[in-house]
Amino acid sequence: MATPIVQCENVRKTYQMGAVSVAALRGVSFDIHAGDYVSIMGPSGCGKSTLLNLLACLDRPSEGHYRLGGDDVSQLDDDALSAIRGKRLGFIFQSYNLIQQLTVLENIEVPLYYQGRSESECRALAIELAGRVGLAERIDHRPFELSGGQQQRVAIARALVNDPLVILADEPTGNLDSTSGEEILKIFTNLNRNGKTLILVTHDSGIARHCSRTIRLRDGEIESDVHQ
Amino acid sequence: MSTSNQPNPGLLVRSLYGLDVARLRRTMRLGLKTLWMHRLRSLLTVLGIVFGVCSVIAMLAIGEGASYEAQEQIAKLGSQNIILTSVKPSEDQKISQSGRTSFVLEYGLTYRDLDRLRHTIPGITIVVPSRVIRDYIWNISRRVDCEINGTVPWYPEMRNHRVATGRFFTMTDMDTRASVCVLGAETVPMLFPLDAPLGRDVRVGPDYYRVIGVMESRGKVAQPDTSTGAAKPAAYQIFIPLETAKTRYGEVLIKRRTGSLEAEIVQLHEVTVRVADRDRVLAVADAVKELLEHHHKKKDYEVVVPLELLRQAERTKQIFNIVLGSIAAISLLVGGIGIMNIMLATVTERTREIGIRRALGAKRRDILTQFLIESVILSGTGGLLGVILGVAIPVLVSYFAGMKTIVTFWSPMLAFSISALVGIVFGLYPAQRAATMDPVEALRHE
Repeated sequence: MATPIVQCENVRKTYQMGAVSVAALRGVSFDIHAGDYVSIMGPSGCGKSTLLNLLACLDRPSEGHYRLGGDDVSQLDDDALSAIRGKRLGFIFQSYNLIQQLTVLENIEVPLYYQGRSESECRALAIELAGRVGLAERIDHRPFELSGGQQQRVAIARALVNDPLVILADEPTGNLDSTSGEEILKIFTNLNRNGKTLILVTHDSGIARHCSRTIRLRDGEIESDVHQ
Repeated sequence: MSTSNQPNPGLLVRSLYGLDVARLRRTMRLGLKTLWMHRLRSLLTVLGIVFGVCSVIAMLAIGEGASYEAQEQIAKLGSQNIILTSVKPSEDQKISQSGRTSFVLEYGLTYRDLDRLRHTIPGITIVVPSRVIRDYIWNISRRVDCEINGTVPWYPEMRNHRVATGRFFTMTDMDTRASVCVLGAETVPMLFPLDAPLGRDVRVGPDYYRVIGVMESRGKVAQPDTSTGAAKPAAYQIFIPLETAKTRYGEVLIKRRTGSLEAEIVQLHEVTVRVADRDRVLAVADAVKELLEHHHKKKDYEVVVPLELLRQAERTKQIFNIVLGSIAAISLLVGGIGIMNIMLATVTERTREIGIRRALGAKRRDILTQFLIESVILSGTGGLLGVILGVAIPVLVSYFAGMKTIVTFWSPMLAFSISALVGIVFGLYPAQRAATMDPVEALRHE
């Protein structure tokens, strides 16, 4: 079997809250392979967000190792983590997190911009991606002129534009009505069919059913890891 | 959460290091776009800089113009000259000196003073004595209230007052007490509105004088702040040989007023002393003052040293520039604080954007550059607007108020670069704050 894309090895994260230290993750280990569609579930306070931040390279584990695409990124410095985020990860947030003053096209271009790609290259890729999520007609619109579903599709295009190893989605349908939510999930399924690796953080078991694997967390530990 | 909000001194250096031109251009475009979205706010933010820069350039231009005019006027008096003028003593001095108010008032510089100066003070090359008599000058039926200057042939050279047409009178004219005159430029149109004055005659009292020349226009002349003897400074001037004046008018001047007669005896109204060595002007001036003080019981003369005036004007200008510089510094400081204030607000307001950008691969220095560029755009635009206004205002002032203004090349340059620098200095802290935000926290920010 090929090397897993994501390897977590006894990952621990402890926060110092004044005099008390709070262990948010107490030794989490799992692998995710290319083409997996994983949901991470659990009640609030179980360490979901902490795990997501670590997987997203926004934070570093206190202990343990996190390998992304074979490279240990657990102790990289800030600049290196930024570069990893820009090249290997795609992000989809619950509240879309589009930049309000930019157009649809410019929002999609942002990850490429920080990789220092040429302007024409960025433009071409962004237009292609906008077309793929069905927003070819709206590339010059601003986020506030779009519906929630459309905004989330822009976010998906943005997450795909840098051709990431893993797409991380944090409650991607949380702010959407069920129709738009279904639509987004359909896009995810299609992406997965085309070989994309997705990690989806949710508390909605209905959404988790779309996934091929579900990791449940409780109190900073893995409670169950089920392949469907 | 383990945040790293410590200021990072190496960040700026690394930011500049990692910049390339294409990226800089895109970041600038982004900054312009963002600022344009908040047009009113941006405009209000830069107003401080605009007014600071504009007022400094305008005031400098007006000050420069005024000091240029002053120096020009002083230069006309001649920087190597010492000008002595007779001054009518004040009323109380008149009484205290003679015990009673005399009918005939005698005061001022004398021919003996002239001799003493010539013989006791070394380094004096030429002495221009002149008498000033005030009377009407006639051309048939045209009349002008004129200042009649009895002076010597070298007056034009000494006082930087050239002959425009014709010639000045010569030593021969002096010796023969010729009845010739040279008209001041302002006098000509009053007496000869239609034809050329050269070769014509003008009448003063019973005497006729042939016009042999016309002087150049002096423009405004810096008059020492005194009324020169009997005559007030008049714009209309006529020059006749000193010897002629002496013969014609004697030393007693009689002024007829309604119901009274007043007579004054003034031998010389004005004496110009030229010092050969420019470095010694001030020393000679002191010697002259001492000499006159010794021989005049009353203070009935005045010594004007143009070089001293020039020095004073330069000092005044220096002080003016220092004051202006401080005002500029203060206004740019205030403008800079305004920018910093708004940038801090902007950074807080855009915390989420910062988080998103960081998540999508922006390094700290990318964020730093982005906000720094925005503040530099703000201050640079302010500086540019200020320069435009600051150059336009002096032009308008010159046009409407008739004041001379000089916009020096360096003042807009300096003002603009300093305002851009203000953008960097005052934008640095907010940008630093944006750059060192923890991305996790920033993303969570509502």
